[in-house]
This record gives sequence, structure tokens and C-alpha cells, in this order.
Amino acid sequence: MIPNINPFILFFAAIFTSNILLANFLGMCSFISVSKDEKSSNGLGIAVTFVMTITTTINWFVYKYILVPFKLEYLKYIVFIIVIAAIVQILEMLIERVSINLYMALGIFLPLITVNCAILGVALFMQLRNYSLIQTIFYGTGSGLGWWLAIVLLSSIRKKVDKAPVPPALKGPGITLITIGFMAMAFIGFSGMLNVQ
Amino acid sequence: MNILTAPIIVAVLSAILATIIVIIDGIVNNYGEVTININGKKDLKVKGGSKLLTTLSEQKIFIPSACGGRGSCGMCKVKVISDVGPILPTEAPLLSKEEISKNIRLSCQIKIKSDIKIEIPEELFSVKKYKGKIVSIKDVTHDIKEVRIELPEEIEFKAGQYAQLIIPPYDKIKESVQRAYSIASKPSEKNIVEFLIRLVPKGIATTYVHTKLKENQNIDLIGPFGDFYVRETNADMICVAGGSGMAPIKSIIYDMYEKNIKDRNIWYFFGARSLKDLFYLEELRKIEKELPNFHFIPALSEPSPEDNWKGEVGLITDVLNKYLKENQNHKEGYLCGSPGMINACVNVMTKNGIKQEEIYYDNFA
Repeated sequence: MIPNINPFILFFAAIFTSNILLANFLGMCSFISVSKDEKSSNGLGIAVTFVMTITTTINWFVYKYILVPFKLEYLKYIVFIIVIAAIVQILEMLIERVSINLYMALGIFLPLITVNCAILGVALFMQLRNYSLIQTIFYGTGSGLGWWLAIVLLSSIRKKVDKAPVPPALKGPGITLITIGFMAMAFIGFSGMLNVQ
Repeated sequence: MNILTAPIIVAVLSAILATIIVIIDGIVNNYGEVTININGKKDLKVKGGSKLLTTLSEQKIFIPSACGGRGSCGMCKVKVISDVGPILPTEAPLLSKEEISKNIRLSCQIKIKSDIKIEIPEELFSVKKYKGKIVSIKDVTHDIKEVRIELPEEIEFKAGQYAQLIIPPYDKIKESVQRAYSIASKPSEKNIVEFLIRLVPKGIATTYVHTKLKENQNIDLIGPFGDFYVRETNADMICVAGGSGMAPIKSIIYDMYEKNIKDRNIWYFFGARSLKDLFYLEELRKIEKELPNFHFIPALSEPSPEDNWKGEVGLITDVLNKYLKENQNHKEGYLCGSPGMINACVNVMTKNGIKQEEIYYDNFA
């Protein structure tokens, strides 16, 4: 049964209250490794948002019109990943042609979006929670924007932290993980507003 | 029937997605016909969209590349005069600041999208791909093989240069790889190239040469490459090489012996651990007798008692130091070996008054 949630509320929830990164902790590896500078964080944020919106929508159709009629729901993991891989490949070709600077800024991380668990996670949540097409599009876009917001925030914080007198043992990944923990706690504050599952 | 549904659905879906990718690739990566201008002289009309290195090799211009275009060896450097975009992250670690300021790029990483102007050394035009046939494989020490390859056409090279062997896929190695080896034969033997190949544990190419390669087998190679060759001066040549580093030095000495060059002193310091690592001793001693200006100095660092060694003992750098101090002529260095050995020898040479820019080496790290 399709849950009765206004798509706009779902969109808002995906960005803030159930942020895919800071509430679900998905897509952490590229989140930590790319957030060293704002430019690449923005680039990857855009790419993730784009890929997430498109792949979640396509996967919705694939699930509803191919996997369900043939009773192949158990194949969703492999099928979703195939779709994501293909879309990322197409996106990579398009970005290289359209904006070489963005392509360069993303570097190796663009193909790595294929194995970004946040993308697969959103597709699986969409299926698990039985969202309608409109809800799926809003949820996919919102999750992408949430991921983008989180990575840009982290890159800005890291810029400050880099100049701070951090104990040597905590420098680098250590202080970054602690920062992410604080960010996650801060985002819990949003969950008082609404909670969508 | 149900068993087949799942694979068929996955296969059909994958096929559809693959078709879409191919179609989009055809549209997006279609850059039409572009022109590569080389050295302001030659224009090549090629199909755009591929890497510079592969496009040039399709046009029979071979840029040296030990890794075969994977962006890891950093040898396929080319000066690009037209704008091909900023330095890629894959190029940056392999280019120095000076090279970047001179517009040097890695040809395996840049894609040709529009007309492009490049500069490459003229001698690369003589680089060709040869379909060779193994005529002999001989063990010269316990871990070095002498491989002689017959070529269907003549090869022109300078003594000291190298060629790249193309190792076909074998066992678990799924792709062919290219590896650079110095040519050990004389330039006058135009239909033969000889290599000295030491077995590197787990090395893809050396394992192939040592375990798979048989006489009469065919093997492809590309060459010649490199700027390691004898400079035409009157300075004493101080050559230092051990193990398979002997290859280019052997080519140089045999070439000079053949040309009967008597107005230049040649010193060859051959470093090894024990007697079993020395090879070509008799041949080199024979040349030493016939060419009075050639001095051959083998040195063992750890001779075993049964070696009954009467020659020099010690590290090659110490032996080299001793001889350089004795002789005050104008000298040039020619080195071949591991980066560690080369660095150590360069140190000894510069301390003994040989200018850094007069020390030549091929560093096959």
C-alpha cells in the first residue's frame, strides 16, 4: 500500500530529518574522502543528486513493470546496481563532453558513484516503503540534495578544522569522523519537526 | 521455464542498457575527423575521441610507454602546443613543475577532441613494430637469460637504446603488456636484437620470458627508443653496470670494438655478488686484449671461498671511487641498473669531478 505522505513533506524529510548520510550513514566513503575541498564536494553533490534522482526513478519503473510482474523481486539488488552502473557511465560521458572542468573536479569519484551505497540505499528504501512514482521522484531528489548539503557542510567545517590546533593523533580522518558525529547529532534536532519512514 | 526467466530478464535488461550506452557513446564521443600536426611538418587526419597515444600508434608512430597506456610509467610524454585542457589528476604526479610549464603531457591520458599540435623527437618516426621470432634462449647466469630475436626487416638503432617487448596474455594475465629492455646486440646486426632478461619474482614479463618463451616462437616488439647512447666526445667513458644492466653496455662495447675505436678510453666496471653472477667474462677479456683502450674491471662484493677470485673485491661504488681517483682525464659516465645503484654511482662520480650532465643512464625502475 502506498503511504499517504505529501511528496513535498517527503522531499523536506529526505533532506533534513532522514538525511541519507547523517541519519542513515550511507555513502560515507566518498563523503569523507571528497569533502577535503568545497569545489569537488559541490561537484560530487550535484552528480550524486542527479544520479540519485534518475536511477531511483528508473528503478521504480524497472521494479514495478519488470520485477514484480515476473515475480523476480529477489533480483532487485543486482538489477538496481546494473541500472545505476549504466546511468553513471552515461553521465560520465555527458559530463566529459559538456563540462571538462566538472569532469576534472570529480576525477575518480564519478565512476565511484556506482558503488556509492547511498544511491542503492535510496532505491531500496523507495521500494521497501512502497512509494508512488511522484513520491519516489521527490524522495530521490531530496535524498540527493541532503547528501549534497551534508558534504558541503562537512567540507566547510573541515576547512576551519584544518587550521585548528587538533591533537596530532586526531588529525585527518580521526577528527573528521568526530565532526561527522557532531553533525549527525545536530541533524537529530530536525527529527522533532517531522518523522517520515 | 521459471529457471530461465530470471537470467533472461537480467540479460535483456543489461543488453538494453548496453545498447543505450553504445548509442550515447556514439553520439557524445563523436568528435569527427581531426588533424594532428606533428612538429609543424606532418599532418595526420584521424578520428577524434581516442587517446593521443593509441591514435598515434594506429598511425604507426610509437611513443615509448612501458605500461602500455595505463598512466603509471610516465614515459609517453609529448609536448602539446594547442590547448587540450588542464593537467589531469592522473598526469599530475608524473610530471614535474618544469614539464608542466613547458606543456609536456602524458599522451596516454589526453583525448583528442579537436585539431591538435604536438612536438615529438624526430627519431620516434623511425620507431616501428616488428614481428620477431626467437632464435635462441640461453641461460647466462642462474637468473638471467640471453634472448635473441630475429626480425623480418632491418632495425636501425644506436648502441644503448632499448625496445619494448609485447608480452601476450598468458595464464592469469588477461591483457598483453609491454616492457622495456635494453638491446644487447650490436647495431650492425640489423636483423637481430638481443636482450638480457633477469627473472623478477612475480614479474609478468620476465616470468613469461623465463618460463613460457621457447625457441622459434613469435614475439612482437616496438623500438628503438631512448637517449642512452654514446656521446661523440673524447672523454673517457666510465661504464658501470651489473646483472642484466650489462645489456646496453655490451652493445656499446661491441659496437666500439667493431668500429675499432682506439682514441677513447673505455672503462667497464661490472659489479656482482659472487662468481655465479658474472657472465660474458671471457668475451669481454678477449676484447680487452684486442682493444688496448678498453679496461674491464669485474668486482665481487661477496666472493665465496670456492670462487677463488683474484680480481677486485668490494662494492662497485668503492671500486669505482678508487679508479676515478687515480685517473684525472675528462670523463663521462654511462650507467645502467637499479635506481639505487645508479644514485650511488652518480654520487661517487660527481664527487670525483664528473659533471652531473655528463652522466647518462637509463633508469628502469
